Amino acid sequence: MSISKQHEIHTRRYGRNVGVGLLLAGFIVIIFGLTVVKVTRGDYEPPLGEASE
Amino acid sequence: MSDASADSASLAPEASFGDFFALLKPRVMTLVVFTALVGLLAAPNPVHPMIAFASILFIAIGGGASGALNMWWDADIDAVMKRTRKRPIPAGKVTEGEALGFGLALSGLSTVMLGLASNWVAGSLLGFTIFFYVVIYTMWLKRWTPQNIVIGGAAGAFPPMIGWAVATGGVSIESVLMFCLTFTWTPPHFWALALFMRKDYDHAGVPMLTVTHGRRSTRIHIFVYTILLAILALGAGVTSIGGPVYMAISIVLNMMFVKGAWDILNRDEEMSEVDNFKVERYFFKLSLLYLFLHFGAILIESVTQHFGMGGW
Repeated sequence: MSISKQHEIHTRRYGRNVGVGLLLAGFIVIIFGLTVVKVTRGDYEPPLGEASE
Repeated sequence: MSDASADSASLAPEASFGDFFALLKPRVMTLVVFTALVGLLAAPNPVHPMIAFASILFIAIGGGASGALNMWWDADIDAVMKRTRKRPIPAGKVTEGEALGFGLALSGLSTVMLGLASNWVAGSLLGFTIFFYVVIYTMWLKRWTPQNIVIGGAAGAFPPMIGWAVATGGVSIESVLMFCLTFTWTPPHFWALALFMRKDYDHAGVPMLTVTHGRRSTRIHIFVYTILLAILALGAGVTSIGGPVYMAISIVLNMMFVKGAWDILNRDEEMSEVDNFKVERYFFKLSLLYLFLHFGAILIESVTQHFGMGGW
């Protein structure tokens, strides 16, 4: 048997890795979107020291 | 041990992405998303679309996480029941440890993220819902009391309250009434199912009302809860989440539902066996429509209110 032959388990692992990768990318997009919304709406107020700098 | 046996042993159980997704109980998740969205939109305070989207997503993930933890704890009875035999753990696709880790990680993530995305009242409510469903219902009461369905229904009833809390940052009579709608709907819905799916629960050793108190008592319970549900559903119609559309839909549905419960009450086992539980099956299907249309009507009222119509 060739060592490069694709076993069914490799396909499954590949699918899982792609899924996790897409989820992480989606999570980053959501965090970024939330941050933009919260900062532009004025929800976030920097501490006084930082604001005066 | 030969090479071949070592190879097959090491490759045997490895879950796919879909197996982990199945742990989240996607069908239950759709109900959670729908009712939470209705709760969020019915609230008087507008929510930024991005915050609304993220909040609903984290509520859905929290609901899914509690489903995964429920499957972890109930793997032994899932393996016995026909309806649940093919779930990822009894089917050998996901190990119990993986399900536990997955459920705990998602529970923590969803609760913290909902708190950060919206407010901590909503985050705490989600955390409490997961705790209630997993610890109070699944671990403690499900195998101990025939009122398990009533208690489990409370966990399923929280999402609209959480959605409302995302928008308002609190709890009010309207959100409590939306909670009551699902809470009092769950017992007649599941007991009707238990009347015609009795063997599954018997085999699993879960104390269903049909077994512990008898089928006659179950029919009475269905009727009593249906009356209570009708009062609460119509009561919700006179608050700010109701309106003429909701009231019209609710009156028709409640008349049909009470009639169905009355028919179930006036039947005995012989009559049910003859027509293979026709009335009970009809009542079960009607119950699905009942909940969907009630929340749909609340959604219609809230959307039309944004255009200056709807509501009282």
